[in-house]
Amino acid sequence: MSDSPAIEFVHVQYRTERNRVLLADLSLSVRRGEILMLLGPSGSGKTTSLKLINSLLTPSQGHISVDGRPLQDWDLIRLRRNIGYAIQEGGLFPHYTVWDNVALVPWLERWDREKIRARVREVLDMVGLPAGEFATRYPHELSGGQRQRVGLARALAANPPILLMDEPFGALDPITRAELQKEFSQLHKRLSKTVVFVTHDVSEALMLGDRIALMDAGALRGIYAPREFLSSSDPAVKPYVDAYRSMQQVFQS
Amino acid sequence: MVLLIFDNPSQFILSHHREVLRLAGEHLWLVGISMLLAIVIGVPLGIFLTRRPGWKNLVLGTNSIIQTIPSLALFGLLLPLPWLGARADRLAIFALTLYALLPIIQNTYVGIIGIDPPVREAATAMGLTRRQLLWHVELPLASSVIVAGIRVATVSTVGLATIAAAIGAGGLGEFIFRGLNMVDNNVILAGAGPAAAIALGAYLLLGLLQRTLAPARH
Repeated sequence: MSDSPAIEFVHVQYRTERNRVLLADLSLSVRRGEILMLLGPSGSGKTTSLKLINSLLTPSQGHISVDGRPLQDWDLIRLRRNIGYAIQEGGLFPHYTVWDNVALVPWLERWDREKIRARVREVLDMVGLPAGEFATRYPHELSGGQRQRVGLARALAANPPILLMDEPFGALDPITRAELQKEFSQLHKRLSKTVVFVTHDVSEALMLGDRIALMDAGALRGIYAPREFLSSSDPAVKPYVDAYRSMQQVFQS
Repeated sequence: MVLLIFDNPSQFILSHHREVLRLAGEHLWLVGISMLLAIVIGVPLGIFLTRRPGWKNLVLGTNSIIQTIPSLALFGLLLPLPWLGARADRLAIFALTLYALLPIIQNTYVGIIGIDPPVREAATAMGLTRRQLLWHVELPLASSVIVAGIRVATVSTVGLATIAAAIGAGGLGEFIFRGLNMVDNNVILAGAGPAAAIALGAYLLLGLLQRTLAPARH
């Protein structure tokens, strides 16, 4: 069981109700414990792929397995509680405090009170928001970066083995973004979760990813380790590498 | 002058205070029961429409048509019906409930549909069941919009309920119709004044509730 990939796509196609093909034919394995970056322009099918994993969307064709089990064999609610989900702007519940946002899933899972209390403190600490200061605040009383941290803490709360992240740092200012990227990278080394991370930012992909899956127009162009990505001769990769290099030159000069 | 005009109805109200209180009590009862029914039917129906949007036009359309029927005509039309027509208050409550439904259904639907899509999506992705999504996310976040619908419906029901006196269902409308027959403004105002006060009271109270429930925004 443990040698099966954490997530596997086999010839997956996704069409909208109006028959627009958002994902043409995706086959892809996500290894246990890796961060796989889905990189591509908007409309390339990255978010669609992500939402297929936790069954927010259902494939029109093909199969997806999580933990070696086809999705249709999973209880939908169990599946989703096994998968943390963090999105841009956090998607926090505006009527819940930070504490309640983070505690919701453990509470729904009927953890006992002490365990929930300890866990919420722990994950808030992990994301750099001490419970003493932040627990009773509401999302609208937080900065964008803080909301994003709460979103991450909430995704981690029930300790799911898999984490899906959809441009979680996309709406942040560059300094906060860099800070969160760095912290996330360190956090991942400690937690070793399987992460699928959607981004359109090539430097984010290179910095965080163990592997980078480049997507374009609903298709996978290739999967690369960061080093391979930078030296790839694929014409689809080139614009990204050029953009990355020119950015680096700007910083160096 | 002003003093004179307002002096007389208050004198009338004072000298008939028992009757005013009784009719105001009947009025509150008609409105209260109708609103309770309208909420118990309207909120679940609004929730249903968010789950099966295909029914939206049928349900809201039918309701809008009901709204266009003049109340006096509706009371009269329902009178010959077997069970309903047997008791005037029963019939009045039925009609008032029908009128009150539309804003409640509509606001429940709009309140839930209007929730920020990422919030609903995150809740679903976190593995909330349909029911948990409803109770933990949708209803709390839509509550102030739903109460706004209840508020609109209550105020108009207080007014409409005065018409119920025309079919003998009682309430403050009795003074209004009696005053119209007697061509006595004081008697009309003895009904209209307290009815307006009830409407205003309900408006303010529900407004307070609505503001308490309104989710904080930045």
